[in-house]
Amino acid sequence: MSRRVTIAYLVGLGLLLLAPLFIYPILVMKVLCFALFACAFNLLLGYTGLLSFGHAVFLGTAAYVTGHALKVWQLPTLVGLLAGTVAAAALGWVIGSLAIRRQGIYFAMVTLALAQMVFFFFLQAPFTGGEDGLQGVPRGTLFGLDLANDMNLYYLVAAIFSASFWLIQRTIHSPFGQILKAIRENEARTISLGYDVAKYKLLAFVLSAGLAGLAGATKTLVFKFATLTDAHWHTSGEVVLMTLLGGMGTVFGPLVGATIIVTLQNELADKVGSLVTVIMGAIFVICVLAFRRGIVGESLALYKRMIGQKL
Amino acid sequence: MTEIFGVPIQALYGQLMLGLVNGSFYAVLSLGLAVIFGMLNIINFAHGALYMAGAMLAWMGMEYLGIGYWWMLLLAPICVGLIGIAIERLMLQWLYKLDHLYGLLLTFGLALMIEGLFRDLYGVAGQPYSIPEEFAGAFNLGFMFLPKYRAWVVVASLSVCLMTWYMIEKTRLGAYLRAATENPQLTQAFGINVPLMVMLTYGFGVGLAGFAGVLAAPASQVGPLMGSNLIIVVFAVVVIGGMGSILGSVVTGLGLGIIEGMTKVFWPEASATVVFMIMAVVLMFRPAGLFGREK
Repeated sequence: MSRRVTIAYLVGLGLLLLAPLFIYPILVMKVLCFALFACAFNLLLGYTGLLSFGHAVFLGTAAYVTGHALKVWQLPTLVGLLAGTVAAAALGWVIGSLAIRRQGIYFAMVTLALAQMVFFFFLQAPFTGGEDGLQGVPRGTLFGLDLANDMNLYYLVAAIFSASFWLIQRTIHSPFGQILKAIRENEARTISLGYDVAKYKLLAFVLSAGLAGLAGATKTLVFKFATLTDAHWHTSGEVVLMTLLGGMGTVFGPLVGATIIVTLQNELADKVGSLVTVIMGAIFVICVLAFRRGIVGESLALYKRMIGQKL
Repeated sequence: MTEIFGVPIQALYGQLMLGLVNGSFYAVLSLGLAVIFGMLNIINFAHGALYMAGAMLAWMGMEYLGIGYWWMLLLAPICVGLIGIAIERLMLQWLYKLDHLYGLLLTFGLALMIEGLFRDLYGVAGQPYSIPEEFAGAFNLGFMFLPKYRAWVVVASLSVCLMTWYMIEKTRLGAYLRAATENPQLTQAFGINVPLMVMLTYGFGVGLAGFAGVLAAPASQVGPLMGSNLIIVVFAVVVIGGMGSILGSVVTGLGLGIIEGMTKVFWPEASATVVFMIMAVVLMFRPAGLFGREK
């Protein structure tokens, strides 16, 4: 890692630690949860070239399982988080192994349809509380610290986010990540080089689902509830938008995209009502038509052009 | 009263008919998706929203202008088709050289915009739309009562599907269309205006969605959310049937509608998910779809 990159990471970490002193911590935690969700999604779309249109189902599953584990079974907080993450990864294995049987557009439709099936299951299942959702989930304690305190919880969420972000970085730059990129660029050639593409795709899917689940589990802890919205296809669309807007296949893109979308929704929700959906749709259209590399991708391209001109 | 597995036979016939009605909508919508996909290589996510727009237009025509069902059955699909042509000219045409996924993403954004606009104007509650008087009431078939409007929906949908099939497979225009689907460059070289064909195909495909929307208006409540849940089921129908053949779409759509209706009778809890379960099974044993070809 070059020195400049190291400095950038340290500045980012500093901002992360200081942010709750200036901004409402719950909002920052929400941004972090969705940023993690988008980063997990980007691992699949940006680095493996698989568009999953049902990723909210992993967020929702983990949210419900963690909520149930903490509220009904009264398990310790970390065990609850782990339970949610494992449940999402297991569901990811089931959905992934079905979906990777088709490519491209069909893959997107299959993941969307299977996610909708699970959504209907949540709608009817008794443990989710149906339309009301799972309310009043206790946050519990960690190493004797009371997590009901927002600042204590913030540093736990920040730690989870940093660790996951690091894990995703390591994955992208590992030999495994290189093979994923090879699949994205040319699946047929990767097969002819002797790689079991289906296995790599499935592994990437499970990893992405698990991390999306961790984001959902953490979100339950922050808001103390889990609802059907978490598993709805609208949320699946949102994570696609965050990744697209920030820049798919870039390290920081999903983080930027999630920050913008969550802030935007937060600001607009009580001002324009249901027109929020129209604005989200319009951002989608503009991104696809005008800047497909996203904010981070386009900025990098611009930066590279400027460097190139100087030389 | 006669019963089958403890279910009154009247309820069975009723659900069978309702299943046929839903199946007709699946058939028309998946046919439109298949026609668009064949020509543009784009999965039209806005299909559900445009179906909803068709129904809303029918309702608006009645509410504001006093235009009746029959005129709207003609006018609403034309309006929706024109909206589609505008979408194709202004946006979709710039995406043909890119990865197919961008078409899906763009039309998803459009679906959100259309749905959001109608929701902002009319709220989420459904609006009632009365059955045209010609089709009020029911036929007495002896063994069951058949509501006239339901019979009309099935007949009208199947006729439209059949006409589409005839146009694509048997007419000169259809031959151009098939040629352009197979090899656009070569077809263009023979002096056929391929971009024009593409534009008309998209307009026609979404016009079908608008037509289905008007048909659906008296059969259910007209509301901004009626398209979004339906389109996900139709995606599953398309995955099950494959998009290779027109008759395949029709058969799959109708069949799944009937299965869904039967599930409502025998296992009500699963009726919302049965199509997705069938999709999972088909993916396990015949990944390319029942009528699809492995590419």
